[in-house]
Amino acid sequence: MRHSFIDAHSNIESILRYIDPRIKIITFILFILFIILTPANSLGAFGLYLVIILALALLSKIPFYFILKKSLTVIPFVLMIALFAIVSKDTDKFLNIFIKAYLAVLCMILLVSSTPFAVLLKALERLRFPKLMVMIISFMYRYIFVIEDELDKMKMAKESRSCARSKWLENKALANILGVLFIRSYERAEAVYLAMCSRGFDGEIRTLDDFKIELKDLAFIVCVLVSLALIRFVFI
Amino acid sequence: MDKAIEIRNLNYSYPDGTAALCDINLDVFAGECVGLIGPNGAGKSTLLLHLNGILRGDSQVKVLDLAIKDKNLPVIRSKVGLVFQDPDNQLFMPTVYDDVAFGPINMRLSKDEVDLSVKRALVEVDMSSAIKRSPQHLSFGEKKRISLATVLSMKPEILALDEPSSNLDPKHRRELISLLQTLKQTKIIATHDLQLVLEICSRVVLLDKGSIICDGKTRDVLSNKKLLDDHSL
Repeated sequence: MRHSFIDAHSNIESILRYIDPRIKIITFILFILFIILTPANSLGAFGLYLVIILALALLSKIPFYFILKKSLTVIPFVLMIALFAIVSKDTDKFLNIFIKAYLAVLCMILLVSSTPFAVLLKALERLRFPKLMVMIISFMYRYIFVIEDELDKMKMAKESRSCARSKWLENKALANILGVLFIRSYERAEAVYLAMCSRGFDGEIRTLDDFKIELKDLAFIVCVLVSLALIRFVFI
Repeated sequence: MDKAIEIRNLNYSYPDGTAALCDINLDVFAGECVGLIGPNGAGKSTLLLHLNGILRGDSQVKVLDLAIKDKNLPVIRSKVGLVFQDPDNQLFMPTVYDDVAFGPINMRLSKDEVDLSVKRALVEVDMSSAIKRSPQHLSFGEKKRISLATVLSMKPEILALDEPSSNLDPKHRRELISLLQTLKQTKIIATHDLQLVLEICSRVVLLDKGSIICDGKTRDVLSNKKLLDDHSL
């Protein structure tokens, strides 16, 4: 299945996978806050944070190379922001931004790839994240592959008929394809809306709540937070 | 027999002025299975969209003795299960479970009832194993089946199906036909698949250019070669 890159590892049976997703989101957000609020010069603390992240990654059974690969895609953006610090000749600040951002990104990757996307969305909804935003992300997740398929098909149809060998004509055709893709998406949105209305949609999407916080979830958040607090306030 | 659907003098034009349906009169009785056939652009899908008030032409449409009015819409939409042709439009939630549960939740059923009706609907279409999957990971045939489950979970009395067998391979098509045969609801099926009509519909309505050309017993209509030829079937 080529449409599985979002959920590539989120169904691995692991401890982290079955922690209540609301608890997981809260834990990782607090983790990131800890990272951000740690003084820049406490490299030891950052090292220990990394150890915790690695431990969690072990618990999640997600292959390390996958996490590493995902984190690489974010590095250019982090570097771009950190560059401003270099321009102002402040290498400490550069390291500070870089390390904190990278650790935060690792946290997010771990959270997102150890949770099926649909479950993550539901958890965000239960945590009172704005409904409209959740709805938009949910439709994006559902339809991005459909739209990608449509684009692929149109590109193939173009290839099969293009013999112009002119870069300019190629680009022109591509621009047309993008235009058509936009219109098709718009029309699909209307069709989907009708399908929703047919089943009683009244402006709000509701889903069933099947989350339960158990002892293991509380143990998880307490363990992580206590170790973070120890690192932050005792060792350093 | 009770009338499940009663349409009187239905006229409808698209917003750009093109006439889509003119002077449609149709009664469908409870328990009937009606095939709606006709060439491309005949107005089959447009007619189906009138059955649950998505489109409202200038007319009288009654479903189970309820006139199509804003007040009645929530009830009508739970009674008429409309399944669209493209399963990617029909299935819009991130998981199969949430999608099949969408209708029952909107009907304000309790949590246990919703859960039960989702599971029952998935058993009916033989897709229980897909309950936790995402629609984008399903094959086309599976998506078609689950599209049907998304309305079966609302326990509708009328099923309005738009091209249920289109793009299915022969095996899945046969499975779908036998599935439809087991469903007891009043059915109105818009399709080009005359074989399907022959197998499950007792009555056929032939639509062309927005008008009903012919309405009769399946065998009589489908054996009239000239009629079918005249209307590109």
